Amino acid sequence: MSAIEVEKLTVRLDGTLIVDGVDLDVAEGEWVTVIGPNGAGKSTALRAIGGLLPFGGTIRWHGRVVAGMHRRERAKAVAMVLQAPVVPPGMRVFDYVLLGRTPYIPPLGRESAADLAAADEALVALDLVPFAGRRLDTLSGGEKQRVFLARALAQGAGILLLDEPTSALDIGHQQEVLELVDRLRAERGLTVLATMHDLSTAGEYADRIVLLSAGRVVAAGTPSAVLTEANLAEHYRVKVRIIPGDHGPLVVAVRTGP
Amino acid sequence: MTVRRPAGLRPAWLAAGVVAVLIATILGLAFGSVPLPPGGVAVEMLNLLPGVRLTSGLSEREVAILTQLRLPRVVLGLLVGALLALAGAAYQGAFRNPLADPHLLGVASGAGLGVTAVIVLGASGSEGGLTGLPIGVPAAAFAGAVGAVALTWLLGAAGGRDRSPATLILAGVAVSAFLSAAQTYLLQRHLESVRDVFSWMLGRLSTAGWHDVLVVLPYAVVTCAIVLSQRRELDVLTVGDAEAKSLGLHPQRSRYLLIVAASLGTAAAVSVSGLIGFVGIIVPHTLRLLAGPGNRALLPLSVLFGAAFLALTDLLARTAGGDAEIPIGVVTAFLGAPFFVLVLRTSRTAPE
Repeated sequence: MSAIEVEKLTVRLDGTLIVDGVDLDVAEGEWVTVIGPNGAGKSTALRAIGGLLPFGGTIRWHGRVVAGMHRRERAKAVAMVLQAPVVPPGMRVFDYVLLGRTPYIPPLGRESAADLAAADEALVALDLVPFAGRRLDTLSGGEKQRVFLARALAQGAGILLLDEPTSALDIGHQQEVLELVDRLRAERGLTVLATMHDLSTAGEYADRIVLLSAGRVVAAGTPSAVLTEANLAEHYRVKVRIIPGDHGPLVVAVRTGP
Repeated sequence: MTVRRPAGLRPAWLAAGVVAVLIATILGLAFGSVPLPPGGVAVEMLNLLPGVRLTSGLSEREVAILTQLRLPRVVLGLLVGALLALAGAAYQGAFRNPLADPHLLGVASGAGLGVTAVIVLGASGSEGGLTGLPIGVPAAAFAGAVGAVALTWLLGAAGGRDRSPATLILAGVAVSAFLSAAQTYLLQRHLESVRDVFSWMLGRLSTAGWHDVLVVLPYAVVTCAIVLSQRRELDVLTVGDAEAKSLGLHPQRSRYLLIVAASLGTAAAVSVSGLIGFVGIIVPHTLRLLAGPGNRALLPLSVLFGAAFLALTDLLARTAGGDAEIPIGVVTAFLGAPFFVLVLRTSRTAPE
């Protein structure tokens, strides 16, 4: 059974069609990355798949139709790390990670010992124990990104949706965060669906890549099948050279002039 | 590995809040036109508990002043202060706007218009002789405040838009401006009532026995119960609606519940006390700077320290001006603003 099944997904924002009939399948434990030029509808599609936006079509998580699921059930099944999440002023790292346990805490209730243990465990998994008592707004970009991941991890969901998880990081921290995600995926059997801008990085870490352009899927498959000079020239209007790498093709933009 | 605790209400802060309320109560009872010994006052308070019988050394007349005149007023001050501070903290959390305060959604102007209307109509009906405010004033203030919030609410969704926090605030500004204009017009036509209207608008706690306390009490209980039950949700709301939703919350529903509860509490407080500004901003902000921004600690502490703050300012309002009582709204602003600046400055420099 697929972890995520998307059929004929359409999303309109303010009457404009942003996502236009997208079909997508992510197998259990797979990492699929959605790429596409600015405005292609990557983030919108991801948010709809995460159940944050009204949509047309059908979305299933682990075979369950999302439209019929309660908010809390959704939050237990899918965790999202949005692009540039809000950093609440003055909140401690531990308290922020503990917010991930919200779907498990009954109304009027408080965190159980299991919730506290889950938050602790997420901190350990992401090497954040020394930061537990620090204020989130005092951490560096790479540290914050790890905290956002820790909150998603504490949510205990089998599906992880990442919207541009590395766009605010330098190349070293990009690698660190993506390696972490890949390790967690292997250890916990997580399914990862991400959007990314950096094509080489996308190819390095994804099992499959989906190229979105103007709200439609125009190419899908292994990184080397999607990241071709012809595909990128057509949809990004860019001249690139593709160099075969160990995990996926490396994409280098080259000058178009003489 | 030690299991970490979530940021909650620290016992030390809770104790500090309770002590502040007790001190404010004793002082508020002891001082006034007839000073009473604070020790005797404390003993008399213990005597109010069932099964306690101690000698306080106060005369019968002094005991009467204490329990019939001062106690209702101090209790009213505690209730109003607690409600205003709690409502302020709730609005600031629900709107994710540090400047949100209980008067934001038209509460103040609605109450003002209601009171003006009643006083003006009452004055023209009963050939002068206005010694006190008409009986209908609290009811009019309450109706005006609730009506204004309802209007803000409806306008905030005009045109089928979502009631986003920003739209609601803008609708509140429009409603406030409109109702204030209506109030000014009414006053202009009935200049003889200006004095009565202003004495209410500047804020006052009456000494008319337990009636006002009983009027506010049910609203205070309901507001506190609802807002305090939502304090964890308020913390989740700090990450924004999209993420709160991805965590399984219904952000708009939680927000509306908080706004309705806080508005009801504010309207009840305003109806008995008039417009007392600053409490809803200063108390929560000071606590945020001193005790941390987590709503789980902030909301209960706002109740305690808001109560103590208003009881103390009411004491100043009664005593500082000699025979003439200073309007309590003036005192809260006079004291609150500089104190707030002080806290702001010192906490900027302190490392956290």
